[in-house]
Amino acid sequence: MYAQMIKSTGEGVKSLDDMEPDERAFQERINAGGKIEPKDWMPEGYRKNLIRQIGQHAHSEIVGQLPEGNWITRAPTLERKAILLAKVQDEAGHGLYLYCAAETLGVTRDQLTRDLLSGKMKYSSIFNYPTLTWADMGAVGWLVDGAAIMNQVPLQRTSYGPYARAMVRICKEESFHQRQGFDIMMKMAKGTEAQRKMAQDALNRFWYPSLMMFGPSDAESVHSAQSMAWKIKMNSNDELRQKFVDQTAPQAEYLGLTIPDENLKFNEETGHYEFSEPDWDEFFDVLKGNGPCNTERLEDRNRAWNEGRWVREGLLAHAEKKRKTAIAAE
Amino acid sequence: MSSPESSPYSDTDAAPHGKARATEWPLWEIFIRGQHGLSHRHVGSLHAADAESAIKNARDVYTRRNEGVSIWAVPASAIAASSPEEKGALYEPANDKVYRHPTFFDIPDEVGAM
Ligand SMILES: [Fe+2]
Ligand SMILES: [Fe+2]
Repeated sequence: MYAQMIKSTGEGVKSLDDMEPDERAFQERINAGGKIEPKDWMPEGYRKNLIRQIGQHAHSEIVGQLPEGNWITRAPTLERKAILLAKVQDEAGHGLYLYCAAETLGVTRDQLTRDLLSGKMKYSSIFNYPTLTWADMGAVGWLVDGAAIMNQVPLQRTSYGPYARAMVRICKEESFHQRQGFDIMMKMAKGTEAQRKMAQDALNRFWYPSLMMFGPSDAESVHSAQSMAWKIKMNSNDELRQKFVDQTAPQAEYLGLTIPDENLKFNEETGHYEFSEPDWDEFFDVLKGNGPCNTERLEDRNRAWNEGRWVREGLLAHAEKKRKTAIAAE
Repeated sequence: MSSPESSPYSDTDAAPHGKARATEWPLWEIFIRGQHGLSHRHVGSLHAADAESAIKNARDVYTRRNEGVSIWAVPASAIAASSPEEKGALYEPANDKVYRHPTFFDIPDEVGAM
């Protein structure tokens, strides 16, 4: 997902009886559906895990602007350009909502930024794939935002208050993102033969990377078990991936496009689609930094940060000067 | 006791939540009043060099879809907050005053709406 492979304490889930009173009260509050707020007591593992998870989610929103930003100046019509611009601006907003949630846990914005720019913190693997044609704007909105929604909707109920509230804002804006993507796909799929081919090609390239967004199966993972006990992860990776395929396969059919998986078929008995796993070696390779665009993405973010430095410092100096003149005038 | 103030994330410049760090713009808490006459409501925070740009940034971050008609930006460091530990002492005085709720009184049906 936007946060992939988050490692918790690795110690496994403690039973209520094994907990000290503080931790027990904390866990009981979560079990009862209560929210944890910034000033409440929390285990260090919960805090650290959340900083990693929310931080990685925020970085994904920010880096996620790059593949779509690539097409703003080349959108086919003025209307499409305005829509794409609004969508990308939303993603910047999502990043900011999430950074401010992470900051309530005691990490600074600058620290999170430094960790992104140095490669210490990750962002979702999906944004290391290139956007080669206009149809990719359709595929990204439809599939990538669609997959993100699967994960973000349940996170509105996550135990950490500021994170849950950020997710509520984000979810309100996401369905616009998915719909504008599907709208592009409809136009292309029902357009000329060349357009239909572009749409099919975009689906071919984005299908498996979208399935990878959910991460490898975590049925056996102690990290996931702990995160689920803390309610900072609401569903298993396989569960969400299945839901995504079940929702998306009929949509592809509606478009008259073929999902690039010969094993894809509806199982009448289970009521679910059967499908092929993505190539997990590729996934781990992309996470390690060897995807088609990893270097470019990090370079772009570093350049933006470095070239924006004079603006950050200049505005701060200006604010300081104004403050001093105001004091002098009193 | 574990709190954002006392246990900063590893290799973070230690500073209380809301205080400006050397290279960071100060943090502002943002409150928005919507169209329908309700009070300003806290929506989140953002960084800005001064109050004027905090309001401009808040417009872009928190009102992209006409969510509000009025924005307040408050320096996060200027906010005094009650602490969760004093929950008991702070709210208990209200707990034993059930007569503050209208349902405390039994009014006969014949009296009509009241
Ligand atoms: Fe987003
Ligand atoms: Fe989105």
